[in-house]
Amino acid sequence: MTPATGTQAASANPQNWAPLLEQAAREVFELMLGCKLTAAEKPSEGISDITAMVGLAGQLCGLLSIRCNRKAAALMASKMLGMELDQVENEIFDAFGEVGNMVAGNFKNKVPGLGDGCMLSVPTVVSGDDYNVHSTLASPAIELKMLFENFPISISLQISD
Amino acid sequence: MNSIRALIVDDSSVMRKIVERSLRQAGMDLKQVVEAGNGAEALAALNENPVDIILCDINMPIMDGLEFVKQLSSVPNAKGVPVVMITTEGSEAHVVQAISAGARGYIRKPFTADQVKEQIIPILAGKL
Repeated sequence: MTPATGTQAASANPQNWAPLLEQAAREVFELMLGCKLTAAEKPSEGISDITAMVGLAGQLCGLLSIRCNRKAAALMASKMLGMELDQVENEIFDAFGEVGNMVAGNFKNKVPGLGDGCMLSVPTVVSGDDYNVHSTLASPAIELKMLFENFPISISLQISD
Repeated sequence: MNSIRALIVDDSSVMRKIVERSLRQAGMDLKQVVEAGNGAEALAALNENPVDIILCDINMPIMDGLEFVKQLSSVPNAKGVPVVMITTEGSEAHVVQAISAGARGYIRKPFTADQVKEQIIPILAGKL
């Protein structure tokens, strides 16, 4: 297969990138947390009260976000660091932000021609669930609903036209 | 292998811990681990703490990893100390930039302890 140029990558149909985003997320969880993500067979219930966001800028502009509840984020930190679950507290936000950062980076490295022309922001982590995101990005987001150790997680990639 | 002193440079304290854990899982006997949150902190830390290997992120505030590697030659304690970049920036251009700046190895996040071992053992074998 001939690699696409950055322009080709950025102008390709973003909805075709859902499998790449899913693969990127699965690899991060398997390599860094030692856990397999599984498909969510029904819409998740309950509150997602922690969100990691990473901006993409350059040939591809957009926002990647990962949402879950705080218990799931704490479990991620525990598994990443090899610490007992009840020992992680200060590490939760930093670890969850790094998960977002690695998923975003791994995704962009999988899109042919995009790796050189797309920069990532430092991750931002928001706690709480009573907020709305008002994006200027027009395209519909790529949404993945998955399970991490039976906790629902939502991964969203919104891309600028 | 002899015990080693490592400098780990990353703006995420969690990632610094993960890198240290990966080094231990890879069988490294760590005599000392020095941490820094950016390139400028790392340069300052090297003045006080000579090390055997440096593992460094690229995207960091204040001074990024590529600039840090370029400035290493000005630190007497760092002469000949190998640098391995550990970063989400996995494009060929970033690898070329890092190697051109003086890095000896390149590990893409996400990574495994085995990948860390594969990169670092040969580098340390040539140094220690």
